[in-house]
Amino acid sequence: MEERRFSDISYDQYLNEEKLMGSKCKNCDALYTPPRSICIKCYKSDMEWVEMKGSGKLAAFTCISIGPPSMIAEGYTRKNPYCVGVVELEEGTRVDARIEGVDPKKPETIKVGMPVKVKFLHRREGDNQVAYLAFTPQ
Amino acid sequence: MGKQKKLGRGVAIVGAGMSKFGMFKDKDSKDLFAEAFNEMISSVDKGVDPNDIEALYLGNFSNDFFVHQAHWGPLISDLIGLAPKPSTRTEGACASSALALREGVFAIASGFYDMVLVGGAEEMSKCSTEEVAEGLALATVPYEGKVGFTFPGVFGLIATAYFAKYGASHEDLMNVTIKSHNNAPLNPKAQIPYTVRDLMNNKIARIKKKGGPVPQWEDEKAFLRDLSVNPVVAWPMYLYDCCPISDGASCMLLVAEDIAKNFTDNPLYVMGMGQGSGRGFHAADSLTSFEATKNAATEAYGMSGLKPEDIQFSEVHDCFSMAEIIHTEDLGFFNPGEGYKAVSDGLTRLDGPKPINTSGGLKCKGHPVGATGVSQLLEVWKQLRNEAGERQIPNKNLRIGAAHNLGGTGGTCTFTILERR
Repeated sequence: MEERRFSDISYDQYLNEEKLMGSKCKNCDALYTPPRSICIKCYKSDMEWVEMKGSGKLAAFTCISIGPPSMIAEGYTRKNPYCVGVVELEEGTRVDARIEGVDPKKPETIKVGMPVKVKFLHRREGDNQVAYLAFTPQ
Repeated sequence: MGKQKKLGRGVAIVGAGMSKFGMFKDKDSKDLFAEAFNEMISSVDKGVDPNDIEALYLGNFSNDFFVHQAHWGPLISDLIGLAPKPSTRTEGACASSALALREGVFAIASGFYDMVLVGGAEEMSKCSTEEVAEGLALATVPYEGKVGFTFPGVFGLIATAYFAKYGASHEDLMNVTIKSHNNAPLNPKAQIPYTVRDLMNNKIARIKKKGGPVPQWEDEKAFLRDLSVNPVVAWPMYLYDCCPISDGASCMLLVAEDIAKNFTDNPLYVMGMGQGSGRGFHAADSLTSFEATKNAATEAYGMSGLKPEDIQFSEVHDCFSMAEIIHTEDLGFFNPGEGYKAVSDGLTRLDGPKPINTSGGLKCKGHPVGATGVSQLLEVWKQLRNEAGERQIPNKNLRIGAAHNLGGTGGTCTFTILERR
């Protein structure tokens, strides 16, 4: 794996490349998503990149009707809510993500614990392009 | 490391004041702080010369964003005639003024000052709801903000985890809303001084006046189940689960313990004080608990030598109904998973064994974020000095009360225990 700083910027770059990456401490094997550069268990700064398999379960979620301007720009309104959640990955760490392929207007049909798999959402183009981490039901 | 925290010397509160909380198109942060300051001066039983105040610590989260003016320390210092003496702004999102109080306590405990003013101010209502949501979301963890989390969304997230873990439902959260609204009409400073039943009856009266079909709500819960009056904000957080957008200010006068009786025969003493930091829910130990609150509680209980059962009443940071339940569990008042039952059993009512948010809480008193922490302690001040009027807790032996303040998505939490001797 090439050398990239263990940073939020690198995490986002990998999302653009459709990779969900974490960092693993070479000293104590602690695993982090998103990546950390300093291990908060042993305080060493000797990490390696690890690609996550991209599957897990929905640990918690919400369906938001009043979103920030970035979500309104994507067409999400009080009548068209969106779902976001925390996913617990198969590897044991958690990530914040958009939840796609569910009906945010019927939140009672979305279940904590349901198996999900990764999906990468690409928005905007050129220098402004951005990828959002998302999961869909398996 | 693990040693018991203690102050270098004791610190007392001898005066406190707050503005009315609400949405004020014709008042700015200076007007609101002046209201709080004047009330504080007149609350000092034996009087105080404002010229004796040596420094100001002021909490403000984001007036930079809300009204495009930063650097509020000197502005407020000048307003009250304190300049050129020092002023320091503290920022910990919605816990900003609890941090101001801590800095003021440390400044006196160190021996450097004998008298300081601590407080907070925030001016939010000149923004639209969406702009306020964006401004507050500046205090989320970036991973949360990037995927579209809002503050109501974070507490909606906690609610789904809590419901799945403990079997509670949104019907249980309604009990928090109804309880807070029952206290609010008794607080003359409250932004929403109405019970849920008042609001329901007002709505029926307005519909009757218009000649429309009168809704048949059998009780408060039926009213809260009606999406036309209580729409979803971030499921399962509905409008009545959320605190309002507010303007307001608050302040308290702190002095060294050994001179407290020069100002009042009834000072309150800082008995325990704690703070903690959080990491966002991707990294937190639990999705149904705030580790920053637990750290703050451990520090405060350790310093005071008290246990959760010794706290006779508390204000807790109920920015959302779900939040109140989580905090009462994290502070040790109730076991994990039992906070919602305590509310439905009436334990947290004004006349219950552990009154929570007698002020009406953030939900009804209002939540001008930078002013909230000190305003919560002001409720403790009123209750412990038997000055809470109609909402006075019916316990003749009130001696120990506390306030819990939360900033961001649990990034900064404080817990402060006050004592009347």
